[in-house]
Amino acid sequence: MENYWNKEIECMSREDMKKLQDERLVAQVKHVYENVPYYKKLMDEKGVTPDDIKSTDDLHKLPFLTKSDLREAYPYGLLAKPLADCVRIHSTSGTTGKRVVAFYTQHDIDIWDDCCARAITAAGGTKEDVCHVAYGFGLFTGGAGLNGGSHKVGCLTLPMSSGNTERQIQFMRDLGSTILCCTPSYAAYIGETLHEMGLTPDDIKLKAGIFGAEPWTEEMRREIEKSLGIKAYDIYGLTETSGPGVAFECSEQSGMHINEDNFIAEIIDPDTGEVLPEGSKGELVFTSITKEAFPLLRYRTRDICVLSRKKCSCGRTLIKMTKPMGRSDDMLIIRGVNVFPSQIETVLIEQGYAPNYQIEVDRVNNSDTLDVYVEMNEEQFTDTVKGIQDKEKALTAAIKQILGISPKVHLVSPKTIARSEGKAVRVIDKRKLHD
Amino acid sequence: MLVKQLSVFVENKPGKLSAVTRLLADNNIDIRAFSVADSRDFGILRLIVNDPDKASEVLKAAEVTISVTNVIAVCIGDRPGGLAEAVECLYKANISVEYMYAFVEKSGDDAYAILRVENNDKALEALTEGGFTILSAEKVYSI
Ligand SMILES: [Zn+2]
Repeated sequence: MENYWNKEIECMSREDMKKLQDERLVAQVKHVYENVPYYKKLMDEKGVTPDDIKSTDDLHKLPFLTKSDLREAYPYGLLAKPLADCVRIHSTSGTTGKRVVAFYTQHDIDIWDDCCARAITAAGGTKEDVCHVAYGFGLFTGGAGLNGGSHKVGCLTLPMSSGNTERQIQFMRDLGSTILCCTPSYAAYIGETLHEMGLTPDDIKLKAGIFGAEPWTEEMRREIEKSLGIKAYDIYGLTETSGPGVAFECSEQSGMHINEDNFIAEIIDPDTGEVLPEGSKGELVFTSITKEAFPLLRYRTRDICVLSRKKCSCGRTLIKMTKPMGRSDDMLIIRGVNVFPSQIETVLIEQGYAPNYQIEVDRVNNSDTLDVYVEMNEEQFTDTVKGIQDKEKALTAAIKQILGISPKVHLVSPKTIARSEGKAVRVIDKRKLHD
Repeated sequence: MLVKQLSVFVENKPGKLSAVTRLLADNNIDIRAFSVADSRDFGILRLIVNDPDKASEVLKAAEVTISVTNVIAVCIGDRPGGLAEAVECLYKANISVEYMYAFVEKSGDDAYAILRVENNDKALEALTEGGFTILSAEKVYSI
């Protein structure tokens, strides 16, 4: 049986949802135009006024916002409410350049909590549950978002934050945690620690986990599910759009339902900005339609994914997004085909190689070449030339199947791929030298 | 009766091969026999050395990709057409040879072949029955 937090919204007919989105978008654009000079300027430059936006069909007329806009407007440039009406901020870690600060009114937080409540309910959570929130608390949105959602559902909430894993497990056992919310890598680590402590999933009461804030694979999902004895659900969000809960997974575990009553999703071609039809792979763009303090219109997430309106077995009618497949800044266009390093990485992992690789793109006789250098380990080294060439051929075929274009694969010795500050240099595009 | 051969993965880049041979020399490891299998991108250096365990330790410590394979050392110099006969002998026993290479003794006229076959036990049996002299590992390492 499927559980809904807000059945009316989650299972709303497409027609009614569009009507709701139309109304909310028109109001949101007006709110932004009147209160955010930074975005008004972008609209004026594009020759668009709020009157041009009559429904979601006009969405494509609006200018995009990017991360660099957010940095440029730091800290107050995109704020749409007086500071006196704001009650909280959250912020990105800001590892590159300026950080991004997002502002919230109480109403914004109520909506955010509601989105997270839907995610917890979809994972089987009710007021009878004990929700163990091991996302970090603080400026990071993970802890605050799931904590708020858990309160709303009425779960007994354990605001654990992350770290001190043995203590986490002690609390899980003593207080009977049933739902775990954290990053997937931390969930995997909790699973390992549990086993190191000589315990099994039978020693804890967890039944479900809600994991997000970083990329994770299906393989990782299966491992976490096994090591903790749970069903693992994905959740998506960005600090810029409030935090986790923009989209959440249902029992079908085949993509995340987007909370369309609060966010409109589009898929665009990252190069041209053109809106692509449903089912196309491209960059995910979000438009908030209920935000007060920090509304973002057509914000480019740089995440590459696919949207689908295929009927979901859970009964929800909310559009689904796939797990992000890569970042648009990493995209390469080779022989006219969009290539993401993460696609190649996935193939390598599936074929038993460590994800230590380098992609080299060049142009020879006006044609693009794609060379993939892959480090092999000792077990993969066979002492005949044919043995190694067979492995290279198998990898070439597997990569070709995913990308649609054929690479030249070279197996190389471990630790020979250039690293800068410990991180491997993934892509060398020599074509730029010729331009 | 089997001899340990080290196979070393060497990318076709300047200095890669000499780095391996220099490393072995600096660690007092003598090369008894070797061959190189080549492709456009890489080579596989196959080595018979006086101390295969030490050599493999040294190479691994230097993060060189290696594998250790058991091979057969057979004497082919003590009779005319020895190599041809040895290969024929294996062919008749239905044993395929993946690769082989020859080397000579420092003092004396004896020649030897290193054989990498798909089934060492069957090959040893066939060669012994065919009247060939198989060299022990100790003998090969100390040639
Ligand atoms: Zn569903």
